[in-house]
Amino acid sequence: MTTTEDRPDTAAGATAGIDAVADVARRLLPESGVITDRTRLRTYECDGLAHYRVTPALVVIPEDADQAAAIVRACAEHAVPYVARGSGTGLSGGALPHAEGVLVVTSRMRTIREVRREDQRAVVEPGVINLDVTKAATPQGYYYAPDPSSQQICSIGGNVAENSGGAHCLKYGFTTNHVTGADFITPAGDQVTLGGAAPDAPGYDLLGAVVGSEGTLGIVTATTVKLVRLPEEVRTILVGFESTDQAGAATSAIISAGIVPAAIEMMDALAIEAAEAAVHCNYPDGAGAVLVIELDGARVEVEEEYAEVARLCEDNGSFEQRLATDPAERALIWKGRKSAFAAVGRISPDYIVQDGVIPRTALPEVLRAIAELSSSSGVRVANVFHAGDGNLHPLVLFDDSVEGAGDAAEQVSGAILDLCIEHGGSITGEHGVGMDKAKYMPRMYTDEDLDTMQLVRCAFDPANISNPGKVFPTPRLCGEVPGRHKAAHPLQQAGLAEVF
Amino acid sequence: MTTQTLDASAREAVGSACAQVDEPGAGDHVDGVVPGLVARPADTDQVAEVLRAAAAHGLSVVPRGGGTKLSWGVAPRSADVLLDVGALDQVLDHAAGDLIVAAQAGCRLADLQDRVAQGGQRLALDETVPGTTVGGMLAANTSGPRRTAVGSARDLLIGITMVRADGVVAKAGGRVVKNVAGYDLGKLLIGSAGTLGVITDATFRLHPVPAASRWVSVPVADPAEALRVTQAVLHAQVVPAAVEVGWADGAGTVSVLLEGRVDGVAGRTEATRALLGEAATDSEDAPAGGATYPWDTTATGDDRATALKLTFELSALGDVLAATAGTTAQVRGSAGSGVLYAALPAGTGPDEAATVLDRLRRVCSQRGGAAVVVDAPAAVKAALDVWGPVPALELMRRVKDQFDPDHRLSPGRFVGGL
Repeated sequence: MTTTEDRPDTAAGATAGIDAVADVARRLLPESGVITDRTRLRTYECDGLAHYRVTPALVVIPEDADQAAAIVRACAEHAVPYVARGSGTGLSGGALPHAEGVLVVTSRMRTIREVRREDQRAVVEPGVINLDVTKAATPQGYYYAPDPSSQQICSIGGNVAENSGGAHCLKYGFTTNHVTGADFITPAGDQVTLGGAAPDAPGYDLLGAVVGSEGTLGIVTATTVKLVRLPEEVRTILVGFESTDQAGAATSAIISAGIVPAAIEMMDALAIEAAEAAVHCNYPDGAGAVLVIELDGARVEVEEEYAEVARLCEDNGSFEQRLATDPAERALIWKGRKSAFAAVGRISPDYIVQDGVIPRTALPEVLRAIAELSSSSGVRVANVFHAGDGNLHPLVLFDDSVEGAGDAAEQVSGAILDLCIEHGGSITGEHGVGMDKAKYMPRMYTDEDLDTMQLVRCAFDPANISNPGKVFPTPRLCGEVPGRHKAAHPLQQAGLAEVF
Repeated sequence: MTTQTLDASAREAVGSACAQVDEPGAGDHVDGVVPGLVARPADTDQVAEVLRAAAAHGLSVVPRGGGTKLSWGVAPRSADVLLDVGALDQVLDHAAGDLIVAAQAGCRLADLQDRVAQGGQRLALDETVPGTTVGGMLAANTSGPRRTAVGSARDLLIGITMVRADGVVAKAGGRVVKNVAGYDLGKLLIGSAGTLGVITDATFRLHPVPAASRWVSVPVADPAEALRVTQAVLHAQVVPAAVEVGWADGAGTVSVLLEGRVDGVAGRTEATRALLGEAATDSEDAPAGGATYPWDTTATGDDRATALKLTFELSALGDVLAATAGTTAQVRGSAGSGVLYAALPAGTGPDEAATVLDRLRRVCSQRGGAAVVVDAPAAVKAALDVWGPVPALELMRRVKDQFDPDHRLSPGRFVGGL
């Protein structure tokens, strides 16, 4: 086993590999599960970040884990890259296809296998829609806590890949805090179990590494998730302020008082304007900022906390407070917030949804800096964010038909990330790095940090076929130089492939 | 006891890498393996230098924080250098407004808690072994009663600095609670028993100290009753911060911790008492043993109990307790999380320990969990499969091979001989 050839990275080699994977897929899947027609392939060319578009060479839609594993195994054998995709709602291009690769769509693996109140767990397949887990658990008094704004359409598989958050992660945490086990396909096509219904499985917490790895370590085919008891009482308050400074001060006052609300969301005037135009949410007139604060838990405590929150908001200059008294009113308050991204389309032909994190205490300073960036560049920025945990979603508005406008917006958007890093924050709080932010990773981490993270990548995927090109700006060589192998190729060493 | 010897050039290399290097003293051993020398670096840079020197000379290295859990797991195959991070004992930053704290690996958890308590906050991780340090707590993944509500170290760690086997310093995560940039190396290091890298500092999410707390306890006469009571509490609206069980000789106590606002806790205490029945009592004090394990963590050598960690899906509580029937096991742990600890008293022979372990392991693994030997006298450990079956072991081996290709960090202490 000393002689090896280059990987088939020429166009002809790539086509042969794709054909081989397609053959495997056709043997296993119904006709509708294997897409090779160019026109139909194009419907998968992007995820929720639509300005990156790549048509995949092949789309497969497996119906179970065995099929998915056989396809991954075929990819490994032929060194064909693959990308997993759930509902395709991701906002960082994490599910952007590979032009010479396979897109593995998990949407037909959509069974909620178990809802076990007695264990506070559900077992769900990756194509299951986030909100459907909650719907399945609600009759038993439980729900699934992570709730990205797209929860009506986003899938659990995508949530696991991206470690999705949502408005309520201030109190309840992110996907990674709610996943205890997974069935997993390694990039060699092996099926393994990570974790389980119980916590603290012996050995390394590989599950902790896989959740949030954006599909670069493998594909999850079933997930055991925690179910959380529905709270006895929920109170949602809409609070109007004249300025974001006041709303920020109120947020800090609430946290300093030792209250951990389920959510504290902020929108500035421009974001409110957009939401009004789109969904007529009837937010307070003339507000420079609104907070949506949700308290949940035991009734007595929620009542007490509500009184205190109302007082703290008033102390910090709120001019209007509205308490939702029934689910319909609560839904209307949330509608304005949850539709904010799309609503911005009403006030601007194009926009960039940014996702950055700052320490909560830096909020007023960073908001002022964003305002300065906006006024000096002439690029409008609407701010929508999870104020409680400092997760900003500035919406950078532009008109792509104006020459240079897109570049100017891109610059402002990047400068906002620099602000986040300067303040000790992060370049992404929940949307992921994906394709979009790989170039920013070196601003947040040293070469050594990134190199160390990629040791994990090398352990899972030495051949670099699982969603290559995402997360890391430059792939680490896993102990060999592609194309000039001295030793056997890793796939060969692992006994998974013969000489290519 | 086995003793490592180092050649002169290796000694000199480690000695010049670090502020203080000592000959091993009486307590300086890793479950009976006496190191060639004890290195006491003063900061992360010196930790890196020691690891570079060790790499150059092919030395094995076992990191130590407070040394309170150094006998856990399997004794290492080799420990040329005992790398004591005790001098890295500082709280680096408490940002009260951001509810975070950063501390060095050798910082005692109690010192960290004192510091953040000044701001009315706490790290919601229990001190299960008195004297534990931040690094040791993470490397051993210890957790106590409060995990039922807020989770364990993996749910509260938000940033970490580690030094690799080759001496490279790397960070992951950061200083903000919400952050999905890059791989979560912190989770890999939690519970890795010093086999992937040396933790030098860590940043955690904090919680406010609740204004009130109260324990409600009820005796339970059999496993089915323990399960029934636990399930009643979990499905009710009393928002338990912890649901603990203490168990021995076929009977025990279920205790529920309520935390929050004064009026709220008072109301939920009444509600919980009503759920638990007439025999229920409430108290300011934690039940016997509090957050500690049901064994004497200061015992050494053959005086140690055979200590087990049992995990399982919540509904298996009764079955797991039932499986201890007829044994000498003292059981304590979090019924509300599916994590119990069992202790067979010192003097329990290898055969008896193996029989009990086998029975518990069968129940736990059938019910979504595992049974692991935390600690035991050498002769007992030698007779037991300490870690039991480990799914995805091959993938774990490959992670180890990447981080520590020569297997010099705490070699053999972890699963599968890693």
